[in-house]
Amino acid sequence: MAVGLEHFLILSAVLFSIGLYGALAKRNAVVILMCIEIMLNAVNIAMVAFSRYGHLLTGQVFAIFIMVVAAAEVVVGLALVIAIYRSRETVDVERIDLMKW
Amino acid sequence: MSIPYLSIIIFLPLAGAIAIALLPRADPKRIKLTAAFFTLLSLVLAIALFFMFDRSLAGAQFVERVGWIPPLNAHYFLGIDGLSLPLVALTALLGFIAVLVSWKIELRVREYFVWLLVLETGILGVFCSLDLLLFFLFWEVEILPMYLLISIWGTGRKEYSAMKFVVYTLLGSALMLAGILLLYFHAGTFDMVELAQLGLGPALGSLLATAIFFLLFFGYAVKLPLFPLHTWLPDAHTDAPTAVSVILAGIMLKMGGYGMIRICIAIFPQIARTYAPLIIVLALVSILYGAAVTFRQRDLKRLIAYSSISHMGYVVLGLFALSQVSISGATLQMVSHGLIIGLLFALAGLLYDKVHERDITRLGGLARQMPIMVVVFSVAGLAALGLPGTSGFAAEFLVFLGSFRSTMVAGIQIYTVIGVLGLVLTAGYILWMLQRVFYGPPKADYEGAADAGKLETFYALVMVALIMLIGIYPRILTDVINMGVLPILAPFG
Amino acid sequence: MPEVALAIFLLPIFSFVVISLIIRPFLNKRPQLSWYVTIASIGASLILSLWMLVEVIKAPGHVLPMPDYQWLVIGDTSIHLGVMADSLAAVMLIVVTVVSLVVQIYSRGYMHGDPGYCRYFAFMSLFTGSMLGLVLADNLLFLFVFWELVGLCSYLLIGFWFHRPEAARAATKAFIVTRIGDFGFLAAILFLYAKTGTFDIGELQHLALVGAIGGTALTWAAIGIFSGAVGKSAQFPLHTWLPDAMEGPTPVSALIHAATMVAAGVFLVARLFPMIASSYEAIMTVAIIGGFTAIFAATMGMVMNDFKRILAYSTISQLGYMMLGLGVVGVGVARGAVALEVGLALGVAVGIFHLFNHAFFKALLFFGAGSASHATGTFDIREMGGLRKAMPWTFATFLIGSLSIVGIWPLAGFWGKEQILSQAWHYAPILFYLAMITVFMTAFYMFRLLFLAFGGEYRGGAHVSLRESPAVMIVPMVLLAILSVVSGWLPISEFLGGESHSFFGALASPMAWASLLLAALGILLAYAIYSKKWISAESMRRRFAPLYTIVSRKYWFDELYENVFVVRILVDGIFALFHWFDDHIVDGMVNGIAGGTIAAGREIRRLQTGQLQAYGLAIFIGILAIIAFFMIFG
Repeated sequence: MAVGLEHFLILSAVLFSIGLYGALAKRNAVVILMCIEIMLNAVNIAMVAFSRYGHLLTGQVFAIFIMVVAAAEVVVGLALVIAIYRSRETVDVERIDLMKW
Repeated sequence: MSIPYLSIIIFLPLAGAIAIALLPRADPKRIKLTAAFFTLLSLVLAIALFFMFDRSLAGAQFVERVGWIPPLNAHYFLGIDGLSLPLVALTALLGFIAVLVSWKIELRVREYFVWLLVLETGILGVFCSLDLLLFFLFWEVEILPMYLLISIWGTGRKEYSAMKFVVYTLLGSALMLAGILLLYFHAGTFDMVELAQLGLGPALGSLLATAIFFLLFFGYAVKLPLFPLHTWLPDAHTDAPTAVSVILAGIMLKMGGYGMIRICIAIFPQIARTYAPLIIVLALVSILYGAAVTFRQRDLKRLIAYSSISHMGYVVLGLFALSQVSISGATLQMVSHGLIIGLLFALAGLLYDKVHERDITRLGGLARQMPIMVVVFSVAGLAALGLPGTSGFAAEFLVFLGSFRSTMVAGIQIYTVIGVLGLVLTAGYILWMLQRVFYGPPKADYEGAADAGKLETFYALVMVALIMLIGIYPRILTDVINMGVLPILAPFG
Repeated sequence: MPEVALAIFLLPIFSFVVISLIIRPFLNKRPQLSWYVTIASIGASLILSLWMLVEVIKAPGHVLPMPDYQWLVIGDTSIHLGVMADSLAAVMLIVVTVVSLVVQIYSRGYMHGDPGYCRYFAFMSLFTGSMLGLVLADNLLFLFVFWELVGLCSYLLIGFWFHRPEAARAATKAFIVTRIGDFGFLAAILFLYAKTGTFDIGELQHLALVGAIGGTALTWAAIGIFSGAVGKSAQFPLHTWLPDAMEGPTPVSALIHAATMVAAGVFLVARLFPMIASSYEAIMTVAIIGGFTAIFAATMGMVMNDFKRILAYSTISQLGYMMLGLGVVGVGVARGAVALEVGLALGVAVGIFHLFNHAFFKALLFFGAGSASHATGTFDIREMGGLRKAMPWTFATFLIGSLSIVGIWPLAGFWGKEQILSQAWHYAPILFYLAMITVFMTAFYMFRLLFLAFGGEYRGGAHVSLRESPAVMIVPMVLLAILSVVSGWLPISEFLGGESHSFFGALASPMAWASLLLAALGILLAYAIYSKKWISAESMRRRFAPLYTIVSRKYWFDELYENVFVVRILVDGIFALFHWFDDHIVDGMVNGIAGGTIAAGREIRRLQTGQLQAYGLAIFIGILAIIAFFMIFG
């Protein structure tokens, strides 16, 4: 059995779902950030796979873009988490409700 | 290029407001004098305009027309005819008197007069605009100053009343704006004169035309106010500072009546005629129901406020009876009511300043302490109940006479007689009020209460003189008004 | 000539303006000036009125032509104002100016030292001027204007002593009750104008006579006009204001009762007599209301204890007579029993002749009341008595006035009453009998009053020293006493187109004897009860206790109108309901919509949890929904 596009896409979908679940269900802000990374990487897998099978480099270029953005995002995200931790001594997202009505 | 009298009259108060805002020293006396100066100037010009007005021409005079937003075909288009001239003069007069009434204001004087003058500009603009978009713009200008004036310088539940006024008025203007836009999309112009000549009613089809008519009508009915859209009025009037009550009742209510005739009736005569019975019934409810509720009021200002619901009902009755005499009478009633109710509110405010009491059941016996007040209050009250020799009688009589003879509305005779019944109720509550406030043995609580001062006596007597002048010689206004009514009735043949 | 007619009513109005704008504000230290101005203006009006009377007598058909003035033009509606100088107006002018002048003279003594001296004469001037204008008006609108001004002045004068709550209440009541009648009047004016396009009285009368205003329409218009007269002339059922109007100064009562306010109602019916008499139903209503009011008011007059109240009921009763007189002749005309031209003039003559005589003796009686109270400080006749000795002039003149109102030959009251009775006998026998009973009652209550107040011994407090009033009050009384004797001898009736009467010939009719006998019986009964005390008033009262209660409580009309109708049904009933409706339903809806919006927002904002994950979940579900939508329907 040859490994085809479908396998990559299924892997990507599974990873994305895991990430999504984690992002929506976990309470620790750091874990949520990690889950978002998983989702981004799931997208990256799909991108690279399409690039490989579609003979277009655009996908790979985008994957690099996403990695850069993700890195920046993690930097900002972790900084926020640390800032919140310093002021509220928690990274539990359910208790971070400053914007609640 | 002739002198743009209207623009000068309209923007003089605004100029005054800017001048006050920029005055280097916030000396209250200087602010008040500046406000008085600019409003007086506007008044003098308005009076001059009244005498320059050509009483033999039917159309708009002193026209100014400049392109304003060319892509929309909107113009800065001003002009006055027989309908608007008396109201412009009334506004300029009450604007000046409102400044005099506010002479004792001490809280945040600068802002107060700025807003008061901006308000006057807005109202003057409404009566002079001949372009619907401009009309709407001026219509909206008054809301913000009014909100601030009531909510900062008011009394009682002032924030509630101010908010109620704003929300109610905005609801009305939102629907009115929808109507104006619909009108624009179908006619392609904002020009009121042109719109009136297009004969849009039949052209648009009855459903659309009726919809536009009522969208516009709703906005004016809120302002007038017509039952059952009236409940903002007693709250706003009662809680507003005296001068603002004077302006609110004296001129702003007339914007509703003016809109009804200038826009609703002039542009859609056929629809006005079709729905006249319905609107007249609402007017009668306003007259009688308003009078009935007035009987139950204990707060002096609230009583006067409710009475004006009843009196504005006569305006609607006259307008929608659609005869020349009745519409002239209704317009005269707007002016007359402006003077009478303005005077009543000014006096009620003055009374409150002197004795710090507005509850009628606790007042009494003030005639001894306040000989001038009682005379002026009585004259204003008697004018309100339609005593011959005062403007109230001339106006109401013309409304009744015109309505009774109208051939436009079926069953109008019965409606009119029901309306006449309102006069009996009015006599009841006015005399009852006078009796309870001024007559009876003097009360110890009000010992030493001062009478009206020189300034107050001056403006009260000016208004009394005008009320009596119009009552004895109504031609001074009816000849002008008549010229404005003619073109509006032209479509009826 | 037209200037003269205008001057007659403008002079007193000018006097009002001078007093209120010049004397009161600037010359308040010399209030007597206002008296001089008033007397001068009314005196001048009197002279001009006399001159006009002469001119009218000389004029062909007793009518002077007068020009119109345009007041208002709107489109095809043009309203003219003008004056009408005919015999009716001329006679009324004399009544008003003479009585008013005498009242002003008397007032000088009565109002002496009152702080409202200027105000009093200002109002009196306006009152007189308005009434003169009303009399002269040649069209309904103009008439209505003065009609209302007369009402205003009586409001101001009844409430002259405004610091007394009863005075303030009486004034308000007078204005509002008459305004209820005016509602009908105004509606009728509108109606007539809509029908005919004119306010001109002459034209309206003409149109009514030729039948241009037909049947039911005419009846309604006539009844509307009559309702105005009912209010002003205090006829049943709008009679309640007049007895309360006693709260004003007594000279005001004299003027109101004799020549101005209440006379206006009778005058109105006389002025529009050809029109009202064109409708049988309307004129029958006038006759019935008049006849009923006459006896109805007389019953109440018999039991009152307030000097002026008794006189007030006598006024209502006498006004009823006048209406009856107008009404019965009109009924005759409407039935065709009298020739039209003759009948129309006759009706006016009958009604106005009595009004003419009544004016003098009623003013006199009120002066007597004022004089008596001036001495005793009260109007309660139970606290008077014995005034005959202390106040001979007052007593003598009051006796003449009483005999006159009772209708004793050959005093003034006899002639007018006789004419009314004989007309009633011809056209409305039932009303005739009512009127005859009223004659008896009138005699009884007037002489009850006389015996209680002037006869016997003084019953009031000892601290009062009874003294005759000053000459400035006595002279007008003597003057009026003379007029109360001789006014009936003047050929007023003939001048107005009515029947003539001969001085002794009047005694030839059995009816005159019958009415004189009844009057004598009434006087005798009063004499027996209140002077000689052969019959105890107390035992009479007990025997007729239920009847006495009903009458002395004025048939509960005041309670019915004020407590039940105005307070219970209107103010605390319907109006309270409306008030509740306004506060809770209309305003409740407004506040409800506002509150609903706020409440909805408060609930809906709970969705904004602030939990990023919840938003993410919502976004995710939303995306799934969109995808599902496109997969199913796309």
